[in-house]
This record gives sequence, structure tokens and C-alpha cells, in this order.
Amino acid sequence: MFAFLIRRLGQAGVVMLVISVLSFSIQDELGDPLRELVGESVSEDIREQLREEMGLNDPFFAQYWRFLKKALRGDLGTSYFFKRPALDVIMDKLPATIDLVIGATFWILLFSVPVGVFAAINPRHWLSNLAMGLSIIGISVPVFLTAIFLIYLFSVELGWLPSYGRGDTVTLFGGWETSLLTRDGLAHLLLPSISLASVILPLFVRMIRSEMMEVLESEYVKFARAKGLTKRRIWMLHAFKNTLLPVITVGGVQLGIMVAYTILTETVFQWPGMGFMFLEAINRVDTPLIVAYLIIVGLIFVVTNTVVDIVYGLVNPMVNLTTKSS
Amino acid sequence: MSSANGMNAGTLAVRPERWRRLRDSPVFYSFTHNRTAMLSAAVLLAFVFATLLAPLLAPYDPWDLTAFDIMDSEIPPLGSAGADTRFVLGTDAMGRDMLSALLYGAGISIVIGVFATLLQAVIGVSVGLAAGYFGGRLDSLLMRIADIQLSFTTLMVAIIVLAVFQATVGLAFYEDFALIVIVLVIGIAEWPQYARTVRACVLAEKKKEYVDAARVMGLKPATIIYRHILPNTFSPLLVISTVQVANAIITEAALAFLGLGMPITKPSLGSLIKNGFEFIFSGAWWITAFPALVLVVLILAINLLGDWLRDVLNPRLYDD
Repeated sequence: MFAFLIRRLGQAGVVMLVISVLSFSIQDELGDPLRELVGESVSEDIREQLREEMGLNDPFFAQYWRFLKKALRGDLGTSYFFKRPALDVIMDKLPATIDLVIGATFWILLFSVPVGVFAAINPRHWLSNLAMGLSIIGISVPVFLTAIFLIYLFSVELGWLPSYGRGDTVTLFGGWETSLLTRDGLAHLLLPSISLASVILPLFVRMIRSEMMEVLESEYVKFARAKGLTKRRIWMLHAFKNTLLPVITVGGVQLGIMVAYTILTETVFQWPGMGFMFLEAINRVDTPLIVAYLIIVGLIFVVTNTVVDIVYGLVNPMVNLTTKSS
Repeated sequence: MSSANGMNAGTLAVRPERWRRLRDSPVFYSFTHNRTAMLSAAVLLAFVFATLLAPLLAPYDPWDLTAFDIMDSEIPPLGSAGADTRFVLGTDAMGRDMLSALLYGAGISIVIGVFATLLQAVIGVSVGLAAGYFGGRLDSLLMRIADIQLSFTTLMVAIIVLAVFQATVGLAFYEDFALIVIVLVIGIAEWPQYARTVRACVLAEKKKEYVDAARVMGLKPATIIYRHILPNTFSPLLVISTVQVANAIITEAALAFLGLGMPITKPSLGSLIKNGFEFIFSGAWWITAFPALVLVVLILAINLLGDWLRDVLNPRLYDD
């Protein structure tokens, strides 16, 4: 167990290092930090001198080493546009994105489990067919189209819900701004969270259905049936519990995917979160902010994947952690 | 084996024999008895023909920006007030004919989907075959890389790469090379899907007797891999290929919507949707609605065909 933990954490560390090297090399490609600082009016001699002083002429790995040391202390550079530390800018935008992810997760949990389990237990029921048909439509409609359609229907045509922004927010625990606790905030959150959920919900419904159908075919379920246990007990206690195992792994990875899709959802709804900020940073060539975003998002991906792997190892009795080598 | 014998007997005899085998196969039977599958296939065929014949079918050239007349901008489609018979599906804000733009745009989307998937398949199948057949350290190294690559969403990787590419080379250069770069990015980012499937198949096939027999006969590993094992991995490959084409088209559309896909001078379906999005609020719905509809129908047809294939071929998509 301990060896597995160490190996898994070591791998996470290596991946983070690779991400930081890649992000840092982007910094080299995009724009000239000196021009951002002093503008065009400074003469070439002074430029060269400043360049030398700032260490911009040092070899790549010397510069990277400095960047890494600063990054480990939480200093990811200063945004050109906001004139503030990039990490602070991201931390300001993070609550909005987390609200969105919580909203989408709520819809996914609310619908995926009941619908998936129902469709697995009653594969020939017309409701199951309807759910499967809807899920394939859901997979086929890109998330930004769902968002545009929702805006057109509920904001432009019906005028029921706001089409952009976050609405009223409340500050919790000293600094956590959330729109989950105000009426106006929830109204603003409704459409974005539904669009974000629309990418992942159909995948979850299909996955839970197929996993559960497979489990229902297994020997121990047949045995439980032969023992004369009630159907409900077999479904819930025997089958559903084992369905959840693969759902945990895929679910954890989907959380990372959701972060990527927030860029699309936030752009359509002008939601003031990290994803929208990232796209604006790209358009403004705000390199430090881009690099900081990449590192933070990379960290989120790596942490979720590592946690999911470890939890899976702990939960699944069939995974023998001591001999797992691949 | 029988097809190889047929080859020797003469190519003329092969064709009717192959056709009969296809006609008598369970796959063909299932196809002709499944309305959804036939309809999806028909829609896809129509798409392929429409895009191949786009230069003949399209009333205007949607890539020739100098030919647009600003006086023709935002003309609604036939059937609504203010329509113009010259533009059946209306025009966009630049005065571009929507029908022509859709025919060419669908073609670009399909080209991106197919070529990105081909690239994924070439990389993924080679890696999967090598990892599965040789095993050991090579296998664990390659699969670790695949795991890590998979944990970063293609969309995320593509956004970053294209944003950096666009910012470094400038917009003019970007417009010329966007297609190639998009195919490369989506192609490279998704290879683990193929690699994992192929590797799982190879591991299962490797244990079978025909592989042992081939080895005992003294065939080289390369021959065994390509002539014996690879053909047996085709059905799962076919199934994931449909999904991958659909995903590649969606990914490009999403990139285009963020301004990182095909440029508006050579628009894909996604670029057309982005192009129309800002006019939705002023009531010019057709600039967005038609490309959106075409995109969804295209993806839906591919996915439905993929679903049917999965049910018929029933490949065990192993998870490991």
C-alpha cells in the first residue's frame, strides 16, 4: 500500500514537472516581457542592459529553475492586463467556476443514477428507449450549441431567465463568493449549469446502464436470485454497489474534462470564471496569466486523477496494491 | 485465408464471391433490418456526395470574399418576409450565401474529422500493437504515457496549442495552415483511445493458438503482428473510429466557436455557428440555426451508425 502511494505520488510529481516545463516554454514563445514592462520608447542599449539584469539572456533551464522556485512559493508572475499577481486573479475567478461545476454536478447526480439504473433494470421499457434516444442526442449536440439554444429559447424568446453574468452573490467563510445562495444567482446559474451538464450527463447515463447490465449478468447476481432474495435487494445491494466502482474512476476523470468544458460554457454565458478569463487572456496575449492558468488547471487534473486512483485502489478489493506494477 | 486463395484463383472470381459473403453476413442482415442504421447511412452518404459535389451544387463560391455584396447581407431564408430567391437559405452578415457556405463547411468539418481520426489510428494502432505484442517495460512505459495523455482533455490541449500557434505565427499565416494544425492537434491528442483498444485486443489474441502456430512456423514478429493479429482487431477499431470521427468534428466546432478553429474565410460548420452567434439577439436566427442543424444531423448520423455497429459487432472493448 505504502509503495503504491509513493509511486502514484511520484508519478503525479513528474507529470506536474512536465506541465510546468511546457507552460514555461510557452512563456518564451509568446511576446516579449520587456516590451510589456517598458513599452516601445526605450533605446536598444538600455533594453539589452535590462534584459541582462532580468536574466532574460540566461539559458533556458536557468530561467526555468528561477521560475520553478518562485512558483513553489506561490508566485506565478504578474498579469500584464490586471497588473496584479496572476495567482490572485485566478483565485478571484475560481469561485464562479466552482459554482458552475457544483451546479452541473448537481444535475448529473440527480438524473444519471436513477435513469441509468432504471434503463438497466427495464431494458425494453419505452422510458428506457426514450432515455437512450435522448442520451445519444445529448452526446451529438455540442455544448456550445446547447448553450446557444437555451439562451435563444429562455432568454431571447421567452425572456424568463438572464442570458449572461452571475447575478447577486453572497460572501461565505470570509472570501468565498457564491451565487448558489441567492435567488438571482440561482436564476443566472440555471442555464449555464444545464449546458455544462448536458455534455457529461448522457455519458454517465449510458455508462451506469451498461455497467449495471453487465453486473446483472454476473454469477453472483444469479446466485443471489437463486437464493430467493427480493429483486429490490439484489438490484440495490448486490448490483448497484458494484456498478459504482467503475463509475468512480470515470467520474473522477470527467471532473477534469468538465473544467475544460467550462471554457466553452463560460464564454457563451459571459460567466466571470476561470475559463472565460483564460480565453480573454489568450486574446490579450497576457502570457503570465495563461501560464498560471495552465499550471493551476494541470494541478487540478493531476490531483483529481491521483485521488481517484488511490480511492479506487482502496475501495476495490480486487486491486492488489502491493503487486500492482503497471 | 479464403480471400487470399481467391486472390490466387483470379481477381475476376473474387468480386461476386466477396459480394455474396457480404450479402450473407449477419452484419448485412442486421443492417437491412434496422431502419435507424439504414437512415443514418443514407444521411451520411448524402453528406459525402453533397460535399464532394459542393463546387457543382453550390450556387456561389463562399471562399471568395471579394464576390460578396454587402447589400445582400442578412437576407432571411425563403419563406420569411424579405427573402430573396437568389439565396435559398438566406445570407450572413457579409452577404455570403448560406447554402454554399454550408456545403463547403460540412466538407471541411468532414475532412477534419476523417483525417484527424486516420492520424489517431495510425499512431494509436502502431503503439498498441507494439505495447501489446512485446509487453514488458515498453508496454508499461507506453501505457503510462497514454494514461497521462488521456487525463488531459483533447479540447484543453487543442485550445492551448492553437492559441499559442495563433499568437506566435500571426493571423494571416494561421488562416492558411489552420486546417493542417487542427488535424495534427486532434490527431495526436487522441491516439491513446486506439492504443488502449488495440493493446487489449492483442493481449487477448496473443494467447490464441493460431499465433502460436504462426510463431512455430518461424514467421517474423512483424508478419505475425500485421498479417495475423491486426486483422482480428478490426471490429473494435471500426466501432471506436465512428465515435472518434464524431468527436473530432465536435472538437473542431468547439475550437471554431472559441475563435481557434477554421478561420471565417474558409469556415467549417463551427466557424459558421460562431459567425452567426452575435446576430441571434437581433433576430437573424438563420445564420446560426442552419449550420447548427447540419452539424447536429451529421454527428447524430455518425453516432447512431456507431451505436448500431457496436451492437452488431459486439466487440469487447476491454478496460484495463
